[in-house]
Amino acid sequence: MSFLEVRNVSMRFGGLMAVSDASFDVAEGSITGLIGPNGAGKTTLFAIVSGFQKPTSGQVVWRGAEITARPPHLLAAEGLSRTFQIVQPFAGLSVRENIAVGAFLRHKRRADAIALAEQVAEQVGLTAELDKPAAALTVSGRKRVELGKALATQPKLLLLDEVLAGLNPSEVRDIVPVVRAIRDSGVTVLMIEHVMQAVMNLCESVHVLAQGRIIASGTPAEVVATPAVVEAYLGHGAASRLSGGTHA
Amino acid sequence: MTAKDVWPILLFGAVAALLPVFVTAGTLMNFAIFTLILCLAAQGWNILGGFGGQYSFGHAAFFGTGAYVTAVLQVRYGVNPYVTFLAGIALAALVGWLIGFLSFRSGLRGSYFALVTLAFAEVFRVLSNAVEFTGGAAGLLIPLDQRAANFQFESRGWFYLVVLALVVLALLMTRALERSRLGAQLVAVRENEEAARAVGVDALRVKLSAITLSAAMTGAAGGLYAQYFLYLDSTIAYGAWISVEALLAPIIGGAGTVFGPVIGAVILHTLAEATRMMVGRIPGIDLVIYGILLILVVRFPPRHFASFLWRQFRSYDPDLQIVFILRIRRRRSAQRERR
Repeated sequence: MSFLEVRNVSMRFGGLMAVSDASFDVAEGSITGLIGPNGAGKTTLFAIVSGFQKPTSGQVVWRGAEITARPPHLLAAEGLSRTFQIVQPFAGLSVRENIAVGAFLRHKRRADAIALAEQVAEQVGLTAELDKPAAALTVSGRKRVELGKALATQPKLLLLDEVLAGLNPSEVRDIVPVVRAIRDSGVTVLMIEHVMQAVMNLCESVHVLAQGRIIASGTPAEVVATPAVVEAYLGHGAASRLSGGTHA
Repeated sequence: MTAKDVWPILLFGAVAALLPVFVTAGTLMNFAIFTLILCLAAQGWNILGGFGGQYSFGHAAFFGTGAYVTAVLQVRYGVNPYVTFLAGIALAALVGWLIGFLSFRSGLRGSYFALVTLAFAEVFRVLSNAVEFTGGAAGLLIPLDQRAANFQFESRGWFYLVVLALVVLALLMTRALERSRLGAQLVAVRENEEAARAVGVDALRVKLSAITLSAAMTGAAGGLYAQYFLYLDSTIAYGAWISVEALLAPIIGGAGTVFGPVIGAVILHTLAEATRMMVGRIPGIDLVIYGILLILVVRFPPRHFASFLWRQFRSYDPDLQIVFILRIRRRRSAQRERR
C-alpha cells in the first residue's frame, strides 16, 4: 500500500482533457516531484488531490482510504495540506496571524496557536517578519508564508505548488534546505516544480506529466534521460537531434 | 482574553453608565438610548460584515424579527416581555442561520449575498405589512404599563442602563470572538476563502456561526427598540433604514474592530441630530445635508477610526503635544508617498 496513490484520474473541462488517465504513487517519507511543461495539468492534478476539484473519473487513495473529492478542510484535518502556485496570503493580517490560522486547526487556544505559528515561522525563516503585514513582503517572503501556513496545520503530506517559481537563484538556494528539513521532520512532500536545479537536488522520484498524461516516472536522472520527456519539453524529434549532436 | 482586552470595554461601560447622573433631559436620553440600540444592531452587522467580510444589506430582517417577536408575543398572547425579548433573539438567530444556510450553501458571495439579504428583508417587510397578527399597516402598539417586571421603566435612566449593559455584553462577546479560533477563521475567510479552506477552515460552518451570532445581536437591538418606543410597523421593523444604519456605523467607525460600531453609531447619530437641529426650516433639508455629510465621512474616513485613535492614544506623550501633531502629519505624508 503506498502512502498516496492517484489511480486513473481524468479531468475534463468541456472539450479539454486537462488530466487524462493519470496514475502515480508517492512513497511515505519521500520528496516526490511532479514536473511537466506549462499546461500539462499539474495544478489541476493538485487541485484534485487536495479536494478542491472533483475529477471526472478516477480515484485518489491516501493511506488505504479513498479521499476523492473530500472537501479540503477535512483533508487538512486528516493531515493533507497544500500551498498555492499563486500565493494566497491573508493580505490584511500579519505574518504571525497568517500562520496562526493554520495552527488553529489543531490548537483551540489562541496562545497555543500563536506559539506554534512562531515556531513554524522560525522553521521557514520568517522570524524577523512576524509582525509585518503579509501584503508587505517580497515574493520570496510570501512564498515562505504560504509554506508556513500549510506547515502550521501539522500535515503528514504536504503538496507544494511551485514554491520556488519566481525566486532568484540565491533565494532558491535558501529555500531548498527548508524543504528538505520539512521532509526530515517526517512530512512527506509532493512538489510541482519547474526549477530543475531544485528538482534534481531534492526529489527522490519524479513523475512527468505532459498533456494530461504521465509520460515517465523514476529518479530525476532517469527521467531527464528519457526521450519522451525531452520531446515533451523541446518538441517532437528533439531527443534524437540532441543525441545525434552529442555523437557528432 | 486577557485583562488588556477587557478593560477598555469595562471603562467604556463605566463612563457611559454615569450619563444618567448628569443628564436628565428627556430628549438627550432618547438620543443616547437610540444610539446605543443602533450600536447593538451595528455590532451585529460588524461580526458578519466586518470580521467575516460578508456584506449584508438586509440586517433589517433580523432587527425586525427581534422587534416583532418581542411585541407580538406579549400583545397577542400576554407573554412576559423578558421572555418575548429572549424569544425574539432566538428567532432572529434562527432566521439568520436560515438565510445563511440558503445563501452560503449555494456559494453566494459579495454583491450577490448582499442582494439576497436585501431581498429577504423586503419580503419580510411586505409580509409583515400584509398579515393580521403584526397589526398590518396600522402597526402594533405595546400597551403602556411601566413596571420593571414588565420591561418598561418609569425613568429613562433605567432603560438606558439595561441597554448599555447589553451593549457592553456585545462588546465583550465581540472581543472574545476576536481572540478565539472562530474569530481567526472568520477573518481568514474574509481575507481569502480558498486559502482558508486549504488550511482546514470549514468556511460554511464558520460563516453560519457568524451570521447566527450576528442576527442574534441585531435581533436584540430590534427587541429593545420595540420595548422602548412601544410601537412598531413594517417600515420601522423591516425597513431599509436599519439595514443601512447597521452597516454604515461599522464602516464609518472601523469595520472588523471591536469599538468601530460604537464610534460609528455615535458619529452617525450626532450628525443626524445636529443637522436636524441646526436647519429645521425647509422640510427635508436636514436629510440633504446629512446625506452630504455622510458622503464626506465615507469618502474621507480615517481608516479604521477606532484603531487609529487607539494607536494615537497609546503613543501619546502629554508633555510633547507637538509630537502628536507631527506624528499625524508624518503619517499622512507617508500615506501619500505610498500611493
